[in-house]
Amino acid sequence: MQAKEIEIKGIKNGILIELKDGDWEEQENALLSHIDENLTFFKSARIVLDVGERALKSPDLSGLRNHLSDRNIRLKAVLSSSLVTERASQDLGLEIKLDESSPEPERSPINTMLDGEEAVFLHRTLRSGHKIEYHGHIVVLGDVNPGAELIAGGNIIVWGRLRGVAHAGAGGDSNAVVCSMDLSPTQLRISDKISVSPPRKGKPRPEIAYLEDGQVTAREWAAGQ
Amino acid sequence: MSAKVITITSGKGGVGKTTATANIGAALANMGQRVACIDADIGLRNLDVVLGLENRIVYDLVDAVEGRCRLNQAMIKDKHIPGLFLIPSAQTRDKTAVSPSDMIRLCDELRPDLDWIIIDSPAGIERGFKNAIAPADQVIVVTNPEVSAVRDADRIIGIVEAEEKGTPKLLINRLDPEMVKQNNMLSADDVVDLLAIHLLGIVPEDKEVLISTNQGTPISLNNKSLAGQAYQNIARRIMGEDVPLMDLDKGSGFFNRISSVFGSGD
Repeated sequence: MQAKEIEIKGIKNGILIELKDGDWEEQENALLSHIDENLTFFKSARIVLDVGERALKSPDLSGLRNHLSDRNIRLKAVLSSSLVTERASQDLGLEIKLDESSPEPERSPINTMLDGEEAVFLHRTLRSGHKIEYHGHIVVLGDVNPGAELIAGGNIIVWGRLRGVAHAGAGGDSNAVVCSMDLSPTQLRISDKISVSPPRKGKPRPEIAYLEDGQVTAREWAAGQ
Repeated sequence: MSAKVITITSGKGGVGKTTATANIGAALANMGQRVACIDADIGLRNLDVVLGLENRIVYDLVDAVEGRCRLNQAMIKDKHIPGLFLIPSAQTRDKTAVSPSDMIRLCDELRPDLDWIIIDSPAGIERGFKNAIAPADQVIVVTNPEVSAVRDADRIIGIVEAEEKGTPKLLINRLDPEMVKQNNMLSADDVVDLLAIHLLGIVPEDKEVLISTNQGTPISLNNKSLAGQAYQNIARRIMGEDVPLMDLDKGSGFFNRISSVFGSGD
């Protein structure tokens, strides 16, 4: 049976095909007809061919390569213990060993984007004169000092002290919120409402500010609320 | 010998950049270092006055940059301390007479013969300031314990960091422990808390500073003055010594040195 003569394995970078000893032309035809029967499986595949000890010349390999590329299949490498085959492969620009380290450009990166949830993350102190404008959310891990400005289309979260100017929902989103470990902004704006925070009494607590009945309101920012 | 360049800046004017430059320079030279103080405030020179060298100026920084004199002709030897030199700024020109690359070139030329080059930056964030920080290996930001000065210091720190000059060190000048106690002045803690950079030293409010400035004798040579002591400590910290911050609470004449919560040295 043909399937016995040809061994096909999926490997990291493509498909590994091992050919048994035997007449080259027969094997080549057997391989091609196997591929033709399973064209969807082999479509756009990269093939690594292991021909064992067989000594193949350039015309043999280039012939196979042409047949494969007619079927939109790329012959990537030819593995062989025969020096003649190795040299012929090199002449054709084929690889002669498995490249374990090469990346897989075929695979697309994981899509981590969520619609409407774009944010910029800043891990530093924002000092006087710094102005951050972003159409999505702004997250700061650090302090926002007086004289610094944050303008976000969405929400603003400051894991640190917020003492500059913060404008959340700058595009008109009245559901936007501003959270901070120490919410003492010079000025706080949500959507088109402006407020100035009252002087703090006692120790700072994490707070969340939002719009309630058209007024900027702040309450303690605690888990589970 | 290859000098390290320290630029002293503040953003806001009148917080004591020039006084700090003169006193840190004098204190370092008094420890046997070879120091050049450069007045980069072109058009508004006064470091020469503070060092009492006004009447010795023949050539200035702009003359040296524009090639009207050799660099060592523009270096004025201090009358008190061997090893201390001043390169005065020009009074008749403005900031545009010098470019940042001129300053880098000038400092590179000076480096082999000196241990420290201390640059007195003009106030502001424009050309003069850019000139002053261009050659800096280390930047010291001077501020007073008042909201406007701290705000400007914060801005300056942001710019210095953006110019990739490293994080500057902080010098708090004119702190009055009595006023802090009465809650009428920001404390050193408040300032450090906001600016979040390493505190190099605190110089207390001291009338002696004004007197010595007018006389053209750096206060850091005066061991009896608290401010003078503070500048000596700052110079030692710049030299890499671990000197604790002074306890200013005890008043003048009688103070203990304690370890502060900020730590000290590098």
